[in-house]
Amino acid sequence: MIFTTFKRITRTGFVNFWRNGFLSFAAIVVITLSLSVFGGLVFGSAFARALLADVKDKVDINAYFTLNAPEADILALQKEVKAMTEVSKVEYISSEEVLAQFKEKWKDNTLIMQGLDEIEGNPFPAVLNIKAINPGQYGSIASFLEQKNPTTADGTPLIEKINYQQNKLIIDRLGRIIPAIEQSGSAIALVLALVAIIVVFNTIRIIIYTSRDEISVMKLVGASNIYVRGPLVVSGIMYGIVSGIITLILMAIFAYWSDAVLLRVAGVQVAADFELVVNILSRYFVQNFGQIFIMIMGAGVILGAVSSYIAVRRYLKV
Amino acid sequence: MIYYDKVTRVYPDKSVALENVSFGVEPKEFVTIVGHSGAGKTTLMKMLIAEDRPTTGSVFFESADISRLSKREVSKLRRRIGTVFQDYRLIPGKTVYENIAFAMEASGRTDAEIASDVPHVLELVDLGHKIWNFPKELSGGERQRVAIARAIVTQPDIILADEPTGNLDPTSTYEIIRILQKINDLGTTIILTTHNKGVVDTVKGRVLTMEKGRIARDDKDGKYVL
Repeated sequence: MIFTTFKRITRTGFVNFWRNGFLSFAAIVVITLSLSVFGGLVFGSAFARALLADVKDKVDINAYFTLNAPEADILALQKEVKAMTEVSKVEYISSEEVLAQFKEKWKDNTLIMQGLDEIEGNPFPAVLNIKAINPGQYGSIASFLEQKNPTTADGTPLIEKINYQQNKLIIDRLGRIIPAIEQSGSAIALVLALVAIIVVFNTIRIIIYTSRDEISVMKLVGASNIYVRGPLVVSGIMYGIVSGIITLILMAIFAYWSDAVLLRVAGVQVAADFELVVNILSRYFVQNFGQIFIMIMGAGVILGAVSSYIAVRRYLKV
Repeated sequence: MIYYDKVTRVYPDKSVALENVSFGVEPKEFVTIVGHSGAGKTTLMKMLIAEDRPTTGSVFFESADISRLSKREVSKLRRRIGTVFQDYRLIPGKTVYENIAFAMEASGRTDAEIASDVPHVLELVDLGHKIWNFPKELSGGERQRVAIARAIVTQPDIILADEPTGNLDPTSTYEIIRILQKINDLGTTIILTTHNKGVVDTVKGRVLTMEKGRIARDDKDGKYVL
């Protein structure tokens, strides 16, 4: 009996979905728009996170060593810094590498290259490039290095200079701005999601309002609530599924299109330099497709089903 | 079988639809209720299917007080009462077949029963050829015959027919009454409301005359007196 009821409700829901073509179309348009808002939020936060990660990655501090600091001491210090919980990455760049990088960068500028030739030997110190997990943590890393003030065996300081004080302002600001962006982003997302839900609910309410007479007739011939409500919920689920599929297709199209536009606007070379800015959305879409699929389809189905379930309630009181 | 016990219905605007109405209906009776518009005929009908409730007094179906039934019991009660309305109240989005099948589905009949009974009942009201049409493709008389088919297909104990001929021409009216009489002959109780003199004279059964929410006359072999 339960199976028969289920079968009849499902069939009626499908038939209603198909026969009320215009209403179904209207519902699908509205739900697709709302799901696109969700999709936009997903993409927006992915894009913002990629950019923020990029900015965070660009923030670092450098410890410049004295010219004659022994490499073994520097490597020992590197090990020690790397063990700190705040530190995500420590890179050692020897003075030869710094020189090579400098030459590569300025090879077309004869004036600078001539100047370099006049200086005898390598004027560049070795560097430890340190990246923190969080921009707010650079202060403590810098003060750790300053307090430790490592020395060579004969007592001369190992570190010439730490560029934290120079970068302090921008690092502090980023430390404050990034959480603010993240928080206000979530607040905006919440408001948009709420608006989308209300719009879908009202659309479905209007659709069910148009069939209120039918509902009362069904009740008067003795149909139990489940026989009246069930098909409407099934139709709601159908709206959600169709809208979800359309939204996913739109998201895929948007991801690839926006990546292409971004590349064109930024220029291929620049985009390649900032490796992260290339293909952010399409890569994100492909890598997280499972999650996005469940989120969009789930939101569509739940929105459709729950809205129908709630909206029909007042017409069942016959 | 049915008993109205001192039923009064006062609407929120203080207008009185029924005032201290008491009467009973026996099984297999054919009762015609006559009266002007606003005399309270429809309110009387609505109370039997729990679409409206008395302000004071009670309506009994067998031994159950209808106004005290739970939602589930109300649905069960409605499956034992076939209802025919003046405005047909067919479901516009369903075909003739589906409209009738829906009543059977609601009362828990099997698919096999539905497949055999629906065409049968449509033959009975002479609409076998319109089985796949939608209500909007039918005439008034045809729609009302579909409504009757829907009401009788579940073999209810009672048929309530509230002004079933109100919107129909004389020929269709006569057909509808003939069908109702045939159903009554087969043992189903019928309660019919009308303000059509011809209908009352054709039926020749018990006639309740209502005036301003009260029962003015109750004649065993009634005539149309207003």
